[in-house]
Formats: sequence, C-alpha cells, structure tokens
Amino acid sequence: MVMDVVVLAKHVPDPQGTPELGEDFLLRREGVDGALDPGDEYPLEAALRITEYHGGEVTVVSMGPEPAMTAIRRALSMGAHRAVLITDPALRGADALVTARVLASAVRRQPFDLVLAGIESTDGYTGTLPMTVAELLGVPAATFARRVEVNDRIVRTERQTEEGYDVVECPLPAVVTVTAGATEPRYPTLKGIMQAKQKPVERLTAADLGLSPEELAPTQSVIAVEAAPQKAVGEIVQGDDAVTRVADFLAEAKVI
Amino acid sequence: MAADAIDPLDFLDVDRLLTDDERAIRQMVREWVADRVLPNIEAWFENAEFPREVAKELGGLGLLGMHLTGYDCAGTNAVSYGLACLELEAGDSGFRSFVSVQGSLCMFPIWKFGSEEQKKKWLPAMAAGDLVGCFGLTEPDAGSDPTRMRTSAKRDGSGWVLSGTKMWITNGGIADIAIVWAHADDGIRGFIVPTDTSGFSAKDIHRKLSLRASVTSELILDDVRLSNDHVLPGVVGMKGPLSCLSEARFGIVWGAMGAARSCFDTALGYAKDRVQWGRPIAGFQLTQEKLTDMALELNKGMLLALHLGRMKDEGRVRPQQISMGKLNNVREALKIAREARSILGASGITLEYPIIRHMNNLESVYTYEGTNEIHTLIVGEALTGLRAYE
Repeated sequence: MVMDVVVLAKHVPDPQGTPELGEDFLLRREGVDGALDPGDEYPLEAALRITEYHGGEVTVVSMGPEPAMTAIRRALSMGAHRAVLITDPALRGADALVTARVLASAVRRQPFDLVLAGIESTDGYTGTLPMTVAELLGVPAATFARRVEVNDRIVRTERQTEEGYDVVECPLPAVVTVTAGATEPRYPTLKGIMQAKQKPVERLTAADLGLSPEELAPTQSVIAVEAAPQKAVGEIVQGDDAVTRVADFLAEAKVI
Repeated sequence: MAADAIDPLDFLDVDRLLTDDERAIRQMVREWVADRVLPNIEAWFENAEFPREVAKELGGLGLLGMHLTGYDCAGTNAVSYGLACLELEAGDSGFRSFVSVQGSLCMFPIWKFGSEEQKKKWLPAMAAGDLVGCFGLTEPDAGSDPTRMRTSAKRDGSGWVLSGTKMWITNGGIADIAIVWAHADDGIRGFIVPTDTSGFSAKDIHRKLSLRASVTSELILDDVRLSNDHVLPGVVGMKGPLSCLSEARFGIVWGAMGAARSCFDTALGYAKDRVQWGRPIAGFQLTQEKLTDMALELNKGMLLALHLGRMKDEGRVRPQQISMGKLNNVREALKIAREARSILGASGITLEYPIIRHMNNLESVYTYEGTNEIHTLIVGEALTGLRAYE
C-alpha cells in the first residue's frame, strides 16, 4: 500500500531568537533569520518513516514569503520528496482560517492518503490550523499523536493525554497532528542536503489555487500587543509550620 | 537576530559568503555537536574516553570522507568539509581529529593512490563508519623529519614484510585498518594494514592532558606479512604521506577557528554576566581590548580559512598556502583560548567551561600535522627559496 503523505510545514523566525513585530503588529518574516518550525520536524519524521515502510512519497506544503524556501530545503534535505510553496503578497497577514483555506486548496490538488502537521506553530501558537484543514478537506482529524501507524487504509494513533494515551483510529485519508513526544527527528545527511536542490518545488500563488479575494481576506486582526505581565513574586515560607503551609498550598492548588 | 544587527560570533558577516548548501551542512553538524558532543564532552574528556560508537553516527550523516567522490562518499566541496571540521572542533578537537584521520589521512590515500579493488573494498565501509582507520607516519625518532623513519617494508615472495614502530597515532587502539608508511627498496610506500594481521599491535598512550577525548597509540609492527594487494600502487616517495597531511591540515585551518569560537563565545558571555565593582566586567576597557582582539583574529582566521577553501575548490591551493593557514589559525586559536581563560579568571581553569579543554587540546593541534615551527620554515622556504631545515 503506497502512501502519499503530505506534511504541513511552516517557516518561523529563529526559534531561539526574540521575534520582532512590525508596526501593524504582524511578525516580521522577511530579513530575519528563520528556520523550519522545530515542531514540524516530528510530523515530517513520522511521514518519512511511514513512506519508508509502505513506499510512497512525502510532499511538504508550506505557505509563506520567499525565505520559507529555507524551511522547505531543510525538509527536503531530511528526506521529503517534493514540496509546494504558496507565496503571494496578498497572503501577508493571513489569519489561521485563510491559511487553512490556502493549504487545503494546495493539498487537494493531488491525491493524498494522509496529512501530518505539528500540533501548533512556534510563532503563532493558534493550534487550530490542522483541524480547520481537515474540515475543509472533509476528512477526519486525529490530534496530539505520539505514535502514528497505518494499516489497511486505517491510521491508528496514540493520542497523548495527561494520564497516558488514547488509541484513536480513523479511515484514510485523514489529518493527524504529531506531538514533540513522537520519535526524534533525523538529522539531514550530507547527501540529503546536496540532493535537496534537485528535488521538485512547485511554486504557487493564491490565484493558482482559485481562491477568491473574499476567501483570502482575514477575519481576524491584531489590534494591540501587550507584554506578558511580570510573574508575581513568590511567597517565602519559613518557620515551624512551613511544611504544613506548603502542603495546604499544594492541596489548594489541587496538585496533591 | 535582526538582519541589521552585528553577530558577535560572525562580526564581518562571513556567513553571507557561504552558499545555501554550505550553510545547511554547517547547521547540521552544529546541531549534531550540540545534541551529541556537548552534553557528554566534559565526562569523556575527564575520563579520557572516545565514544567509538559515534563513528557510525558520523558515517550515517555522511561526514567521513565527505570531500571525496564516489564509493559512497558524499562528494562535498572543500569549504563544506572545512565548515564541518570547524563545528566538530567547536565541540572538541578530539572529534575533529577523528574525522580528519578517517577522511583525510586514511580514506584520502586509498582514494588517491589505491587500486580500484582497494577503493571498492575499503572506502564504502570507512565512509559508513563501520571500519575505523589510523595513519602511521610519525615514529619515536622521526617526527618533523619523517624521511628518517625506520619502519621497513621488505619484499617477501609476492608479498611484503613490515617491521617498525609508529608513535602518536590518533585512533590507533580503535582502528580496524592502519595506513602505514615504510621504507621499501624503491622509496617510501604506503600500506593498508588490517589491525588483526599477525604481528600488528597497538598500545594506547595514557596520562595525556590534551586530546583526552581521543585515542592516541603506539603501533608496533613485528614482521607483519601482507599480500601485494595491501600496498598502495599509486605513489612512491614522501609525496604520498605529505599529500595526506596537506588534506588534513586544511581541515585544521578551519577546526582551530571552531575551538577559538567556542572560547570567544564563552568569554563574551561570561564577561557580560560577571559583575565586579557593580558592573559587568565586559564594560571595562581591559576586557574590551581582549574581546576585540579575539574577535579580530577569529574573523581574520575565518576569512583566511574560507579563502583557502575557495582556492582548494578551484584546484589551485598550494601546500605552502595551507601551511600559512595552519600556522596562523592554530597559533591565534591558542592565543584566543588563553585570553578567554584570563577573562574567566579562576572559572577558566575548570571543566565546567570549555576553555581550558580547548586550550589543552590546541597544544596538540599546534604540534601535530606539522609543528608551528615547521610550517614557519615551509613558508620561509617559499618566500626565500632557501630551505632552513634538513
């Protein structure tokens, strides 16, 4: 059973750096160092393992300005077979819904068995995109998978929970989000890096996807940005009854 | 980091002189070093241990013999090889040494001077890290003057008998094969010696205070009998081993800057955090002079390494030019390490920080692959036409 697996990938500003906001409160994405979202390496690793086992190809689909090619090349050098990059000035400021429409339209252009994504991006953190893509594609979504297996057109996932995991199965095609608790992503190899440039990258605009200006108009906008409040100073517990008071505090916080 | 800010670790933006592939290769090695070397290096160094199992990891990434073509080698350019050496040595000189010995000193002579059968037999397994090599040129009484080596190779019917002792051999005790250079009737010849051949033994050198995360050994060849398919057919004379050294020295030109960068990075961070008289010591003029001089030499050394790399990729670099690179970059790296140590004060002498480890390692790097003095004389000879040694 040959599998066509799509991985949704995002180019994010340097995950170790401090992101910069423009005057319109949008993240500066051009002229800053960036990388493939580290959270996207887990679904990519899962996709590579699935195609290595079953045969088939991994297609990376990404939306973003030109620097997103860095992320795509990283994914190709890790072993993805091909990529689709949607770049369009009209997509600047796209919210999660618009992004989902674009990605779903790009995914739909060719047959697919499985779409894998990270659980959320490390810049926007909305965490809603994969499920929206699933809805737009009309396929089931299984989320927070720490393990993904495919058998007889069924995808079986272990959904990470606070207590352990749930086993969730759904028929293919499907969308699955993969957690950072899944298998450790591989390093790109020298051969992979050198071959990445020869792999096909299809470049599309919003018009190529047949999306109307209405469908591309964001319905959300950022109107203000405020610094996170300083963490309150902790209370120092001293004295003979310190243990009891700490225990009471923990009980109150429902930790114990 | 914003595009318009100056990166203290790449002040002159040498990064922009690299291609996308070169940056991606550098990034991959940097990540591997961060994940696999840095968390363990203090213990490996302290316990004088080289983790043999990383050979296969390095092979899996494609880093062994990476600048060679064919026979499962990655076939990158020289600059990429240099960048990999830099990142490995920013971890520890022991790891860069391992890769230098495997790729430049063992795989290179087989690739360059070996028969087709030898290449097919040895190179893929060495590229994968399944087989580890070592390089036997130096002897107890023949260091800078290797032509006076005593190891001999005598014809024995259709084969050879090797006798002698090799000293200060990196990877010796963990190697599966040794490239051994020996005097034969017609001049110095190179041999591929499987280390399980009868008469071959290796004795590790202990109590080193430098390159502790690396195996250094003495090789003893006691009438080692080899069939004729173990001699490298493509070279007779000192140009054989010297061409290998030139390859390895090229990697050191880069590697030394990796150790220097690690020291500079550590010292800069420490100076900004360490408060005396109510303000960070980075704000004092004496410290700033040290940091500026370190950054200056680091950036000059990077430009030198990159320039030699581009020349090598164009096929026009001369061994004497690589000597100039090794001479400068190791000398300056050692100075940077010592200056960094002074900025850290007492903290600079502990293994909690990488500085004294790099500093001690660089003492070996200063000496091996041609001492600082010999490289000075090689450049001197190239300048004057007069040879001051021999």
